[in-house]
Amino acid sequence: MNGAASSDGFERLDPRVLVAASALVGLVVLVSSVPAVLAFRGEGMPWPAAAALALGGALVVTAAAAGVEYLRWRATRFRVTADRFELLFHLVLTRRRSLSRDRIRTVDISANPVQRLCGLAAVVIGTGQHAGSGEADIKLDAVSRQRAEDLRVQLLSRTPAAATAGAAAAVAGESAGHESPGNRSLAVLDWSWVAYAPLSLLTPALAGAAAGAVLNVSGWFGVDEGAAAELVAGFVRAAALAGVLVILGGALTAGAVGAVLLFVEMWWGYRLEREPGGTLRLRRGLFTTRSLSLEERRLRGVEIVEPLGVRLARAARVDAVATGMRQDTQGRRPDQRTLLPAAPRAVAERVAAAVVHRQRSPTAEVQLVRHPVAALHRRVRWALAAVVAVVAAAAVPAVVLGSVFGDVADEAVGGMLAALPVVVAVLAAPGALLLARDAYRNLGHGISGEHLVRRVGTVRRSTVALQRSGVIGWTVRQSYFQRRVGLVTLIATTAAGDGAYAVPDADAAEALCFADEAVPGLLAPFLEVTEARG
Amino acid sequence: MTGTVRLRPPRHPLDPRAVTWWTTRSALVGLPVVSALVVAAVLAATPWVLVPAVVLAAAACAAVVVLPRWWYRLHRWEVTETAVYTRSGYLWQEWRVAPMSRIQTVDTVRGPVQRLFGLATVTVTTASAKGALEIRGLDAEQAAQLAEELTHTAQAVAGDAT
Repeated sequence: MNGAASSDGFERLDPRVLVAASALVGLVVLVSSVPAVLAFRGEGMPWPAAAALALGGALVVTAAAAGVEYLRWRATRFRVTADRFELLFHLVLTRRRSLSRDRIRTVDISANPVQRLCGLAAVVIGTGQHAGSGEADIKLDAVSRQRAEDLRVQLLSRTPAAATAGAAAAVAGESAGHESPGNRSLAVLDWSWVAYAPLSLLTPALAGAAAGAVLNVSGWFGVDEGAAAELVAGFVRAAALAGVLVILGGALTAGAVGAVLLFVEMWWGYRLEREPGGTLRLRRGLFTTRSLSLEERRLRGVEIVEPLGVRLARAARVDAVATGMRQDTQGRRPDQRTLLPAAPRAVAERVAAAVVHRQRSPTAEVQLVRHPVAALHRRVRWALAAVVAVVAAAAVPAVVLGSVFGDVADEAVGGMLAALPVVVAVLAAPGALLLARDAYRNLGHGISGEHLVRRVGTVRRSTVALQRSGVIGWTVRQSYFQRRVGLVTLIATTAAGDGAYAVPDADAAEALCFADEAVPGLLAPFLEVTEARG
Repeated sequence: MTGTVRLRPPRHPLDPRAVTWWTTRSALVGLPVVSALVVAAVLAATPWVLVPAVVLAAAACAAVVVLPRWWYRLHRWEVTETAVYTRSGYLWQEWRVAPMSRIQTVDTVRGPVQRLFGLATVTVTTASAKGALEIRGLDAEQAAQLAEELTHTAQAVAGDAT
């Protein structure tokens, strides 16, 4: 589809972007013109006039949007030369962006439903620079689906042979629907995994959102906040615990349903495969389809992530630890680097092993070194401190409300408030201690072949296998309290993933030896052996 | 008798003028705050404001007189043929090592107060978002020389340092 290219090699975006933009804006405007018609009717306007006015407005807005899109389409041109990718935006002023092709690290394709109907796809070309360093990604919005696929293969393949093989595979894949010969499939979606979706931390978040939405909607229907509060107070007076449980159960069910729906949208048609030429490719998405490509050259390891609920169900997620993953201003965008959604642990281990070219996953193979018991003491102390803080916070309403609303609140409410800190303490203390013990037992580090493995966390347990050659520095941190009990926090800095992976509260001497063994020669000149007394 | 392994202190201390720099910096923050409180106490005739003023003044005195000397002993640095090595921090001590082959940029920065004393800060960054090393309070000329040296050495090593 290079037919659109002009003599200098520049080509335009696909003209169907005009259709897509007009359709999208037209749809939105049309839907929102319904209330407008009703409003005009309310002003006493006859039906035909109201409809004509609203429709006219919709047409004008749609036409304007189409006009803007046309200007953008006219202004944008791009070309692929032997060693550069160039994007030209020429409208009043000219902006030219040029990327050296050997600096291109990612070519991701996505298509939202409107784009899919029009046979379009957006292409994001990334250089792997951290956001904000001025080398932002280039987005082509949008080209034809076939051109997007060609661009991906063309820009990611370093060797011509791999390029042709990849292109052939891609074309075959296009016609066959899914299976691409030449690509080795590492994982495909198993629908039983959907059961793990509600176990993620997403569920309580969605449940909170659902409860908030219900309060909002009840606000629209004239149930004002006072009434809602009255309702809540009624619950408290009548069947306090049952009422709370019903509300909680309802919200959690809504959250679980939301998590499942989200899983279906995100992971529909999931397929992870290895392409010739050393690229991992992940495809997924129900309404918006996404294709993410990850050059294996950039891969520095894998991370097995187990949120508490998922871990209890003996499942795990696999993330890539790679350099130059696109990052937003928050510094992370987790869904971009997930290689495998929560799946049974054995599957996760298998995929992790396949991704790093090993028989068995380094995370499963290694016997992790346990941390000194002083690390447990620290965690227990933190847990107890947290419980004290929460109980104190729970006592505040009892004290404040008890004195201010003493005459308003009846005895049941007062009793509830007074009992709150006690209930919280009884519930929270054992839980916090269990978490502290779990956090301690999860601490560990070790070396497995070419990888350094570290495990940490309880609510979100993370086991990272990091290429030892990918470690580009060490940071050793020791607080005053750690110094007293002979612990240090060892941090491996790397260009990939989070930028640094910490091994918290390891034995000081052992951690230094571990670091020296993991990356020979780096730390050695700065180590000294002292003679221990006693 | 068994030996235990630990990190040895880096070879070089900072420039001794760093002590004066930290003292000045603390004084520049502490003095206005304390004097503002005293003035407020006098003008508004609220003697109880003097209590925080006295507490703050004591803290400021510590920060001006004692802490800089302590910090000076803790902050050290070293550059070998293969790596840059720094130690910093007070209650949270931190040792950082970056291999020469992974250094990406070397910057020198001179703040207004630092300029007063002819000092500079050298920042060494690697490809990691969290791996930057800082040597604060070197002689400005020495810092520039060091930066040039490091840049030169780092450039001599091939690869994109990731």
